[in-house]
Amino acid sequence: MRSLIDILDLTPAEIGDLLDTADDIIARPDAYAHLCDRKKLATLFFEPSTRTRLSFEAAMYELGGQVLGFSEASSSSASKGESVSDTVQVVSCYADIIAMRHPKEGAPMVASMKASVPIINAGDGGHNHPTQTLADLCTIRRQMGRLDNLTVGFCGDLKFGRTVHSLISALSRHTGIKFVLISPDELRIPTYIRDDVLAHSDATYVETDSLEAAMPELDILYMTRVQRERFFNEADYIRLKDSYILTPDKLATAKPEMAILHPLPRVNEIAVAVDNDPRACYFKQVLNGKYMRMALILMLLGIERPAK
Amino acid sequence: MIIDEIHNGIVIDHIRAGGAMELYRILGLEELSCSVAIIKNATSSKMGKKDIIKIDEVIDLDLDVLGYVDPGITVNIIREGERVQKFKPTLPERVTNVIKCKNPRCITTTEQELDHIFKLTDRENRVYRCIYCDSPAKRK
Repeated sequence: MRSLIDILDLTPAEIGDLLDTADDIIARPDAYAHLCDRKKLATLFFEPSTRTRLSFEAAMYELGGQVLGFSEASSSSASKGESVSDTVQVVSCYADIIAMRHPKEGAPMVASMKASVPIINAGDGGHNHPTQTLADLCTIRRQMGRLDNLTVGFCGDLKFGRTVHSLISALSRHTGIKFVLISPDELRIPTYIRDDVLAHSDATYVETDSLEAAMPELDILYMTRVQRERFFNEADYIRLKDSYILTPDKLATAKPEMAILHPLPRVNEIAVAVDNDPRACYFKQVLNGKYMRMALILMLLGIERPAK
Repeated sequence: MIIDEIHNGIVIDHIRAGGAMELYRILGLEELSCSVAIIKNATSSKMGKKDIIKIDEVIDLDLDVLGYVDPGITVNIIREGERVQKFKPTLPERVTNVIKCKNPRCITTTEQELDHIFKLTDRENRVYRCIYCDSPAKRK
């Protein structure tokens, strides 16, 4: 029985297969509408995350399945002190697959060691969020037609942004990748990503604090939010939050086919005026996230792609 | 200083100087009823100074723990006054309940019954990471 805890649990070939399934779902959604009839997804959200939960629920409904669960810890037995291990063993009796969001890092892994059904990590603190990475990869491949030979810029909070770390880990396994890491000094990529991931891959990288200087060479621009909750000091947050705001002016030097991604929600790091630019892909990314979650649910439940 | 030869037992040699007490604690040697000698700052031609532990009984040693704490040590098994086995422990792939995860956001901080398990992620630099949250083990 498989679970998905970390994006690196999947081989590049398996990710390629999921991307193919997502493309097929987009091409012929009706063929998938009843593949999960009578199957149930439990969404165990120990902290609120409306958009991720809705994405999982929409994914399961579009496969013909049903959904049960809770959307915050206060409405679960966790508020009575029940352990994650016990909760998932109980829920395993009711559901065929579980999507779990938890504030503690490693909680979904603990769940996967105890549950008798597949666990999908829907985000564990600042640690992993593999289905967001699947959404990112799907968007990149659908926009650019490939996952190799790309120059990928990450801009904003590269220190705390778990989506950045996961996407770097996943793309590092492809050939011809160059990362341009754009951030203020305080929010540079953590040392362990440099030492454990980048140093062991063929990918190259440069670090810069200038979005404008990096813009002309980028195939992908991945914007991130500078999150208030990651700072201990309010003054630091206020000083840095507006460091990197993407506006139509700054896009003047960008390649015409560049894709702009953002894991959302945004605050002000992408001006609303950019939404009308054909390079803006962040709402497509949301939709792609649902298709990838559909593909993932099918894979973990062992349901084959329907014959054409 | 003279410490009696042991007839049947284990000599843990080439412990880095100052490391014997940590090893004594982690191996749980205080639980033993037999004689245990800790020799600190013994002269060593290779290391300058070293620590040695002598255990007057052949017990089951957790070799993973030995490898994690100090992969440079040598273990000698003594039977009938003769050394019958000599080996160096290797760096283990995993260590369980030897180190605790210090990340306050790790699930192990709230679920007390969980084993604290660390896996080797970088053999060259002896880096171990928590299997739950990936935080690196903090060495003394």
